[in-house]
Amino acid sequence: MLNTLFPNVKWFDLVIATGETFYMTLIALVGTLILGIALGLLLYLTSKGNVWQNKGLNFIVATVVNVFRAIPFVILILLLFPFTDFLIGTLRGPNAALPALIIGSAPFYGRLVEIALREVDKGVIEAAKAMGAKTSTIIFKVLLKESTPALVSGLTVTAIALIGYTAVAGIIGAGGLGDYAYYYGFQRQASDVLFMCTVLIVIIVFVFQIIGDTITNKLDKR
Amino acid sequence: MITINQLSKVFQTNNASITAVDKLDLSINNGEIFGVIGYSGAGKSTFIRLINRLEEPSSGEVTIDDQTITALSKKQLRLSRQEIGMIFQHFNLLWSRTVRQNISFPLEIAGVAKAEREERVDELIRLVGLSGREDAYPSQLSGGQKQRVGIARALANRPKVLLCDEATSALDPETTDAILSLLVDINKQLGLTIILITHEMHVIQKICHRVAVMEQGAVVEEGNVVDVFSHPKQSVTKKFVEQVMGKPEEQATDETFMHHVEQGKVLRLHFVGETANQAVISQVAKQFKVDLNILHGNVKQTQAGAYGTLYVQITGEEVEITKAIDHIKSIAVEVEVKGHA
Repeated sequence: MLNTLFPNVKWFDLVIATGETFYMTLIALVGTLILGIALGLLLYLTSKGNVWQNKGLNFIVATVVNVFRAIPFVILILLLFPFTDFLIGTLRGPNAALPALIIGSAPFYGRLVEIALREVDKGVIEAAKAMGAKTSTIIFKVLLKESTPALVSGLTVTAIALIGYTAVAGIIGAGGLGDYAYYYGFQRQASDVLFMCTVLIVIIVFVFQIIGDTITNKLDKR
Repeated sequence: MITINQLSKVFQTNNASITAVDKLDLSINNGEIFGVIGYSGAGKSTFIRLINRLEEPSSGEVTIDDQTITALSKKQLRLSRQEIGMIFQHFNLLWSRTVRQNISFPLEIAGVAKAEREERVDELIRLVGLSGREDAYPSQLSGGQKQRVGIARALANRPKVLLCDEATSALDPETTDAILSLLVDINKQLGLTIILITHEMHVIQKICHRVAVMEQGAVVEEGNVVDVFSHPKQSVTKKFVEQVMGKPEEQATDETFMHHVEQGKVLRLHFVGETANQAVISQVAKQFKVDLNILHGNVKQTQAGAYGTLYVQITGEEVEITKAIDHIKSIAVEVEVKGHA
């Protein structure tokens, strides 16, 4: 019955494409998490009234973040071609999409991290200082620990943006559902393929949202 | 012994400099509960933060038991902060940690081994009366319970001093009393020096041994609680005394008594410290052939005895009255004869 409803869908290819989308999203998410937290911490700690207060450094980091957030993702991929080629050795396939995905979404997540850190009660940081805590203890045990729910919900938002980015990357040949929808659905005018890919992407988005919300609620003890 | 020598803090803003603490001198004895009272903006909050250098002093010295806090390097300061406990108005607990984990935090910072940490946390939970709530998160606790966690956390590394920054100002009166009693218990049990700042006279009256009154960054009056508050000199101090004793105009005036008194004399007895605990009135009534009638009174209990005033009507033979008055004076109660009927 499925084959009569979707005559052009090759189910094996669709499974492979879905797998590639998951693969790109998850690996890019890990990279975004690490780079984004580093950027967010740097933005927060160098801002006024914090431990590493440094106007110059703060300005540089903020500018880099803003510039990368301003570049449209399609263009960012093109700009990064030489870098990607050097790093991955190819411009095709899911791995080739990773540098652009991470560099495209880390600045966005970095801003969300900064906002989350700013929400941490200053009094709690002061209490930790009064106990004789080192800066590293304050970063890992107070700042990041106390802001985990916000960090996770920010990561959820970023993950969903990333799924969209993987579809864009697909069009330039990175594989995944975007790639499949474009070449086998749009180019060959097979609307059933286009439809099926859309449904799968929507489902993936929902899955990420539900997982993110569940973790956030579990962590939030406020 | 904590010595504060010419301590100043000046805040620089774009177009002005604000002196929050102005060449402050104080010495606080080991084992005492020392209160600093002042209105908001008097600089008391800055002052307490200067003691553990949460606020860096502009000039002056803070010495705790021969260690000059103001001369320590960043690293040394971190270590000595582990010996200075602090509690806060808004408790400042980590909401992502349970009661047990919150109390354990300063021990983790000090690098105490896990087994020892757990033992110490159990001890502290019992000390502050939180048994049964160990695994609750701060959001599940009442304000009083949160402050108990704050106190346990501050005591974890067996500090020499406990700094209390408006520790009861966010609590209701009943909870305030419970927390104050806990502080007195801790002070007695552990012999811990406590420095507290507050804008509530009631707090000073209830638990402090000595008090300093702050105004515009400086100490304007200082001494034993009973002395300072039975004979307030500065107008700020007088205002604070009114917080607990009522305003003079609200108190009955001498004339009101005179009006009702048809015979004998009216005496105004002024109690300070220990004497208020003695049964002066009944003693006099037993020893002398006089009758005493209490007209009006206002006596408050403090850590160092009671203070306040009592108006009594005394009737009897003139000679007996004179003898009675002399006796009262001899046991160090101040007496003022207000008039004859």
